[in-house]
Amino acid sequence: MEFGLSEEQNLLQRSVNGFLDNASSLEKVRALAEDGGDVWPGLSELGVPALLVPESAGGLGLSTLDAAIVAEALGAHTAPAPFVSSAVMLPVALRSAGGDHDSLFADLASGAVRAGCALADGYGTRAGSGITSNGDSLSGTALYVLDFDADVYLVADNQQALFLVDKDAANLSAQSLTTIDKTRSTGELTFSATPAQRLSDDPAVLQAVLDAGRIMLAADTLGAAQEMLDQAVEYAKQREQFNRPIGSFQAVKHMCAEMAAGLEPCRAMVWFAAHALDTLPDQATMTACHTKAHLSEVGKFIAKTSTEVHGGMGFTDLVGLHYWFKRIGFNRQLLGAPELLREEAARAQQLVA
Amino acid sequence: MDLSYGPEYEVFREETREFINSHRDQAPRGQGMKSPEVLNWQKLLIENGYAARTIPKAYGGYGAQPDILKSRIIAEEFASAQVNSGLGGQGISMLVPTLLEVGTEEQKQQFIGPTLRGEMVWCQGYSEPGAGSDLASLRTAAVLEGDEWVVNGQKIWTSTAQHADWIFCLVRTEPDAPKHKGISFLLFEMSTPGIEIRPLVDMTGVANFNETFFTDVRVPKHQIVGERGQGWMVANAILGHERDSLGNPNVTLSRLNSLMELMKTETIAGERLIDNPIYRDRLMQIQGRVMALQCNDLRVLSSRLNNTDARLARMIVKLQGTELRHDLEGLAIDVMGEMGLAYADNPHLRDRGSWQSQYMYYLGLIIGGGTSQIQKNIISERGLDMPREPKVEKAS
Ligand SMILES: Cc1cc2nc3c(=O)[nH]c(=O)nc-3n(C[C@H](O)[C@H](O)[C@H](O)COP(=O)(O)OP(=O)(O)OC[C@H]3O[C@@H](n4cnc5c(N)ncnc54)[C@H](O)[C@@H]3O)c2cc1C
Repeated sequence: MEFGLSEEQNLLQRSVNGFLDNASSLEKVRALAEDGGDVWPGLSELGVPALLVPESAGGLGLSTLDAAIVAEALGAHTAPAPFVSSAVMLPVALRSAGGDHDSLFADLASGAVRAGCALADGYGTRAGSGITSNGDSLSGTALYVLDFDADVYLVADNQQALFLVDKDAANLSAQSLTTIDKTRSTGELTFSATPAQRLSDDPAVLQAVLDAGRIMLAADTLGAAQEMLDQAVEYAKQREQFNRPIGSFQAVKHMCAEMAAGLEPCRAMVWFAAHALDTLPDQATMTACHTKAHLSEVGKFIAKTSTEVHGGMGFTDLVGLHYWFKRIGFNRQLLGAPELLREEAARAQQLVA
Repeated sequence: MDLSYGPEYEVFREETREFINSHRDQAPRGQGMKSPEVLNWQKLLIENGYAARTIPKAYGGYGAQPDILKSRIIAEEFASAQVNSGLGGQGISMLVPTLLEVGTEEQKQQFIGPTLRGEMVWCQGYSEPGAGSDLASLRTAAVLEGDEWVVNGQKIWTSTAQHADWIFCLVRTEPDAPKHKGISFLLFEMSTPGIEIRPLVDMTGVANFNETFFTDVRVPKHQIVGERGQGWMVANAILGHERDSLGNPNVTLSRLNSLMELMKTETIAGERLIDNPIYRDRLMQIQGRVMALQCNDLRVLSSRLNNTDARLARMIVKLQGTELRHDLEGLAIDVMGEMGLAYADNPHLRDRGSWQSQYMYYLGLIIGGGTSQIQKNIISERGLDMPREPKVEKAS
């Protein structure tokens, strides 16, 4: 019995964090957020896009837990990168759907091809959106497409089928959308009988993709929330009022203790959910849903509380705390907000009539 | 990551299950502390290695090598079968581990066996009217006169003092030493002249704890654990044991399962409670929290197996576990509406009234054994290394 990270996983964590400490420092994140661009080329050199690509197709063939470790590091650094779609959801879709995808796998693994994901129809279509398919073509609108600056899109229709669409496909129009989180690219895709490659009709494939994506967003929140907690504790030790560090006031201490008490179990939960996805199929979906929902709730609490510990400084652009605040907010809404996910968790254990 | 305990342990799990299944009708259900049912069950559990498992045979235990996973499997299986897992109580959970660590050979021989068998019941005399969270300010005094300590003072919240044969008690023996260094740890019989017990009824309606008064109580000099003035250290070893046993996620999980059953059977307007989306969402929120703490528990278990300290993961268990359990019991009451109010002899009682009594009982556990606020002090000061509060000069 061993519940924790292996030596190799600790090494992976250190190497990704080491790279991001420099490449995704707050200063660089600010610049990238204003001018566009991301840290994907650097992560590609580290081999990150190849994590979940099968070894037979030139990838590293690692586990969901390895990917979650990277997602956590990205969240901690609010790093702009199409990780969730390119390195996780599309590779999982290709793997689960089966068939020969070696050439796309190779391009994903090298980082040459970036993926975006339009999956909202798979779990909750909102007004003004919705995708229908007709054979090998798609029509309709997808909103809040994740990792929008992409070469290829993974799209779910209203029948839970999955498709691949090239960014240069005929009859496809793309419009980027501004959200609170400038470290993520999102947008709107409009299809009108747009040619697409049908990847799978099996709802289980979509489910596997969603489970994996949700765990990654939860892990991203874990990293971002841990960073916000660490910054709050650090600030509370430095900042003085009434001739003493504010961290010696019990109100402040208890805010920090509550953040830590909420967050600490989240780390084990993310590890477990990632592990369950690879080894405990009966529990995978329920665990993934609960993990993202729970991390979203704890993350929201920490985003607020850490900001409060910083006083007026927390509210400014100056310390940049808002990058993490918004990152956590983004993760909460995408791929299912907590209420939807808890309902899905209930359904996964046959609790819904 | 490897969650399997290994084939050897799966065999052990099977054996444990078989034992539980073939003996469960002998398990006590609510009988009194020294009833034959309770004593016989405890004896059976020790003989088969399901209680007092790692305590040496010489002291009345089963004498197995410490094996964290086997102990864990036993706890899991008894919890999931909802079968009595033997005596707990402050003697077994707190005093015995302490004696094993710091007691003299004579003390181990004298006290551990009868305590394990349930023949010697203990109470814990720490808290005083003026010393709760600030336990080290306690004032009950013991003065050495010849071969005896003479104890004077008052304890409060002494659980089960009225049933106890013995007390382990913190007293001040060095009035001039700094407050943490003037305390000693004494053991004495509750039948000693000069002890008066006044029961205190708690919010559940039961008089489980007491005020305990000492007037010239004479205690043989050798009935001290550790040296004079070391009582605080001795007591702190025990507090660690106590906190580890509060808020156990295995037990919480079996309560969650009972709550799910309740919501599948109880109805409102002809509809099962589980079919109401708002109730269901609240259930799922609790399930998510239970799951998070179970995962945390696996992490702590794994670190113990590796002889490392999971620090924060361990420090938050009492706070999070007791708060979660209180919320879980409270949810059962909420979803039952007015039906959730039933108590004591009410004919409409559900699950023997356990939801209300556990809801209140867990508020007691949020307060007892170091309040939630004290836990937060510990987490921030020791876990997050935040500055201590400035000391307030004693007003004189
Ligand atoms: C069910 C139950 C069983 C018990 N059994 C026993 C027993 O068998 N033997 C025994 O010795 N004791 C027992 N206790 C006593 C228990 O340990 C104390 O109640 C507990 O330590 C709190 O002390 P207090 O009641 O004096 O509260 P106080 O210390 O007066 O606390 C009152 C409030 O002030 C807060 N507070 C106090 N100090 C601080 C601080 N530094 N920072 C922030 N907040 C603070 C507390 O959190 C609490 O909210 C039991 C208690 C309960 C509820």
